[in-house]
Amino acid sequence: MNSTARALAIEVEGLFKSYEQVEALRGLTFQIEAGATTGLLGGNGAGKTTTIAILLGLLLPSAGRVSVLGEDMLRHRHRVLPRMNFSSPYIDLPRRLTVAENLRVYGHLYGLRKVEPRIRELAVDLEFDEFLKRPFGSLSSGQKTRVALAKSLLNHPELLMLDEPTASLDPDTADWVRGYLQNYQQETGATIVLASHNMAEVERMCADVLMLRGGIIVDRGAPQALIDKYGRANLEEVFLDIARGRDGQESGPDFKAAAQ
Amino acid sequence: MSILREYPPHLRRSSFAAFSVGRIFAMVRRYVYLLRGSWPRILELAYWPTMQVVMFGFLTQFLAETSNYYAQAFGVLLSAVLLWDILFRGQLGVTMSFLEEMWSRNLGHLFVSPLRPHEMIVALMTISFFRTLIGIIPATILAVLFFGFSVYSLGFPLIGFFFNLIVMGWAIGLVMSGVVLRYGLGAESLAWVAVFAVAPISGIYYPIGVLPEWLQSVAFFIPASHVFEGMRAILVNGEYRADLMINAILINVVYLSIGSAAFFSFFRTARNRGLLLNLGE
Repeated sequence: MNSTARALAIEVEGLFKSYEQVEALRGLTFQIEAGATTGLLGGNGAGKTTTIAILLGLLLPSAGRVSVLGEDMLRHRHRVLPRMNFSSPYIDLPRRLTVAENLRVYGHLYGLRKVEPRIRELAVDLEFDEFLKRPFGSLSSGQKTRVALAKSLLNHPELLMLDEPTASLDPDTADWVRGYLQNYQQETGATIVLASHNMAEVERMCADVLMLRGGIIVDRGAPQALIDKYGRANLEEVFLDIARGRDGQESGPDFKAAAQ
Repeated sequence: MSILREYPPHLRRSSFAAFSVGRIFAMVRRYVYLLRGSWPRILELAYWPTMQVVMFGFLTQFLAETSNYYAQAFGVLLSAVLLWDILFRGQLGVTMSFLEEMWSRNLGHLFVSPLRPHEMIVALMTISFFRTLIGIIPATILAVLFFGFSVYSLGFPLIGFFFNLIVMGWAIGLVMSGVVLRYGLGAESLAWVAVFAVAPISGIYYPIGVLPEWLQSVAFFIPASHVFEGMRAILVNGEYRADLMINAILINVVYLSIGSAAFFSFFRTARNRGLLLNLGE
């Protein structure tokens, strides 16, 4: 490993994805350094979900190259899947299983050596130890988000993909979760990729932001650098400029069905 | 440039293996939790086989009094009902377990974990095996208690019949799981009825010889038809037909290969179309 340059956790080159009539990604190319927290921003249909799904190996691209933690994701994804994890409020865990049962199943799927101590540790850290024995389906959406986050941290992932990690959380809990994720990142050196519509969250957590529109990256930079570049007060205004095509860049087609 | 460090100390080496018994047990554990937490689900497994045995038991008693055939071969109908249910339960065991993942929108989480599709298949077959036993064993005991007939009187060939029928059920179940994965929960009802497409040519309740000649040729390629002919050979003629058993095994090898290949193919299509992320109603 070259000591002067940080290793790359993710390398994406010329990524295309088409769904019948819709081009969801149009030659996406980017790199993410190991240990960075990077935000993926874009309006609905910009290509965030498609990009994350391809990085996770859930979706096959039409063309392009994807390398995750140094491995070709299209050919050897099982070499890296034990080292990464994912959380999204839009993908459920089995509702009839208790919280502990769900985490136990995933602990064994990831091949943890010590499943029960890790579950207890996360339950205490994320403050859900009192409802470990409750069915997942009986939890409030905020509680579910915390359990889903625990599932995503079970295997001490070196790469963590988060889709709206604080959706449905009250502001206090959301703030606490952001702090927890930042601590996790600092303690472990993990790489975090964050897709969010919460601009304050992205500003706080991400050192680097990829702005997507119409399946391409239209801009990239640190949150403050983007704010300065667009002459705006905050990242939300930058986001609106880009989403509404006021950045003077090429606009993509209608991508409403992009992730379908 | 790979940035992977040595094996993380908190993970077993099998996490990176192409085949992990631990991951299969994890999935079986998931389905056992589901069954354990719901007594109606367990009751449902045994309910239908039990009702079938009661109904066909009384029918057998009636026919035995009025028909030479059934008087000589008491238990042919009861055995047929029980063996057919092995096939039906075997298929449902695979399909229903897979549907649970779709209903709970859990496939995305499962397939970003190290779980591989072939391990999913083995887990589905394993839980199907146990679900089938839970459903069938109480019915066989009931047949002894109520009608004095033990399907276990078929002897060792019963083991061959059992595995041939459940493997055929798994093959159909894998195809149907793939269909539901590819076409969504709208195809769910097909999963319930698919196995009945082969029922008329499986010779469950009648010899294959009663079928038109061209249909007999089709029936030859149904493993279950060899099993039911073999069952009748034992119960009616007191003869074990090894040729029928071998036929069923060989055809089942082809069936299971086709079933697995279909599942892998549908899975790849699902990855291509992004269906693993957008499931559920």
